[in-house]
Amino acid sequence: MMLASHAVPAATPAPVLRVENLSVAFHTRGGLVRALDRVGFSVGAGQTMALVGESGSGKSVTAYAIMGLLEAAGRITGGRALLGDTDLVATPPKELARIRGRRVAMIFQNPRAALNPIRTVGKQIADVLLRHGGATRANAWDRAIEALRNVGIPDPARRAKAYPFELSGGMCQRVMIAIAVAARPELLIADEPTTGLDVTTQAVVMDLIQQMAAETGMATILITHDLALAAERAGRIAVMHAGHMVEDADTASLLSRPSHPYTARLIAATPTAAGSLDSLSSVPGGLPDLRRADIPHCRYAARCERRTDACDQIVEMRAHTPGHGVACWNPLTPMGQPAEGAPA
Amino acid sequence: MRAVLFRLAGAIPTLCGVVLVTFLLTRVLPGDTATYFAGPTASAESIAQIKASLGLDLPLPVQFWRYIVALGHGDLGMSLTTGQPVRTEIVNRLPASAELTLCALILAIGIAVPLGVLAAVRQGSIVDHICRVVATAGVSLPVFFTGLLLVYVFYFLLGWMPAPLGRLDAFATPPPGKTGFFLIDTLLAGDTETFRAALSQIVLPACTLALFALAPIARITRASMLAVLGSEFVRTARASGLSGPTVVLTYALRNALLPVVTVLGMVFSFLLGANVLVEKVFAWPGIGSYAVEALIASDYAPVQGFVLTMAILYVLLNLGIDLLNRAIDPRARRSA
Repeated sequence: MMLASHAVPAATPAPVLRVENLSVAFHTRGGLVRALDRVGFSVGAGQTMALVGESGSGKSVTAYAIMGLLEAAGRITGGRALLGDTDLVATPPKELARIRGRRVAMIFQNPRAALNPIRTVGKQIADVLLRHGGATRANAWDRAIEALRNVGIPDPARRAKAYPFELSGGMCQRVMIAIAVAARPELLIADEPTTGLDVTTQAVVMDLIQQMAAETGMATILITHDLALAAERAGRIAVMHAGHMVEDADTASLLSRPSHPYTARLIAATPTAAGSLDSLSSVPGGLPDLRRADIPHCRYAARCERRTDACDQIVEMRAHTPGHGVACWNPLTPMGQPAEGAPA
Repeated sequence: MRAVLFRLAGAIPTLCGVVLVTFLLTRVLPGDTATYFAGPTASAESIAQIKASLGLDLPLPVQFWRYIVALGHGDLGMSLTTGQPVRTEIVNRLPASAELTLCALILAIGIAVPLGVLAAVRQGSIVDHICRVVATAGVSLPVFFTGLLLVYVFYFLLGWMPAPLGRLDAFATPPPGKTGFFLIDTLLAGDTETFRAALSQIVLPACTLALFALAPIARITRASMLAVLGSEFVRTARASGLSGPTVVLTYALRNALLPVVTVLGMVFSFLLGANVLVEKVFAWPGIGSYAVEALIASDYAPVQGFVLTMAILYVLLNLGIDLLNRAIDPRARRSA
């Protein structure tokens, strides 16, 4: 045998970010909302991983928890988020502020609202460069113009003096990307970066993000509700449902052989160029009330047509085949069935 | 610049309306000037004589025309109680009111804005509760009451402050007037002793007015800061790892100041109104006390002059607020 059992496959680079058992709860008037429950995944340098799920599935909460940007009512109740050797969950806020923007950056949907409306975009980039990028007051402005040029903004010297309301949505998202990559972070979290942009601009913005990632070896987490976009852009897709991670696999495997009933439903609900609209079906039911003290162990159970008695037990993410994890007692493909040619 | 002229031109109809309404109001108010000045023992003929000499026997439209013509020449009429031209009196007394109001406003902003910011940044903390108490107290205590209370405590009980007898005590000589603001004039003249005297006189009335102005400024600052701190661009600033002071001051506060500036305009006009009472309590020789005395004596000209002066001040004030908003907000510059 060429491969010893303990050998690590060379194709897997050391992860830039490894999230383990991350749990988040929100204190609200209606009670404790368990928004995230033991979520785990990892993403390696240069890789793009997509977090997919419907609204309210916990994708953005996961991102905010990693960034330390949860609103005051939100608390991380357990788990770790390792950026290299640094556990972001255990890092005190002041140190975390030095890591944000320098080692891990984030861009948002609705880029125009995400930029300071009364500060020129050049100054907003310069602010980040001064904080993290080693720029001095003398050269920060020139470097901000350079950053604008790098994200493909024409006539950057003039645009640097523009306010966000004077730029198009696509331009604003380029500015956001320039701010995010200003300090060459190891990880970029893109939270619905193309929502609200027109289709051609969407492609341009995604191309730009991937070009930046390729140039710097930056890992990317793409948060989207759009499975088609994830399929097109990400090497790996993690599917979330009601604060649980339900399936996590490389894109080809997830799309061709979905294991979790929810993933299969999501795929059936995603429009394709070839299929007709009639072939689309929606996911039945709604998300469970996360304030309930007795949330079922499988939060999809109430919506699931493959439900069995076993579904009342605690369900863990298990390796379905190597590199393909699923959290389901009755998956669509039998558990433990090895992929062809893979060692058992 | 064109926008400024445009705004000023737009204020002309307002001022015309103010002129007409104050003229009519002073005429329909109860109390007869001629009777008041003729004295209690005057005969009907002498009252009629005074009426004729003042032109009060003429029909209202003719009186109004005369008033307008005089106004066109910059003549606001004569005060019957003091025998001085109203314009001279107002020009002499306006700096006293302006100095008091500005001191109060600066004091109020200096306390209320940091208080509001801290209350928003540390929501639910002690500062937040202090902010709430100050805001409630400020709106619920009338100025004449706080004024008297401050005089009672700091002059009568503690003796820390001089008697509430105007801008300077009787023995001090007012500084040679350039601006009419004693605090500035004394400093320009290098007269630190008179400066200290003027300062000690203005502290209590300014505090009284400031307490009144604190509440709305602190409340709007807190509310506006909370809204901005929850906005998407502040989240971006945090996500970019900008330091706490940069996020709060450069990103949040500058945006939060937009509604604060607008409220400042309103507060300033409230203050001009509240001035009337505070000037009475502290014997402050401003235009507010002047107008009240004239109103009690049915002395028309000073009342009309006072209201017109106030109207012009409001117009200029609103213009100033607009310009300030433009300076802060690039969107306002573009849309106008």
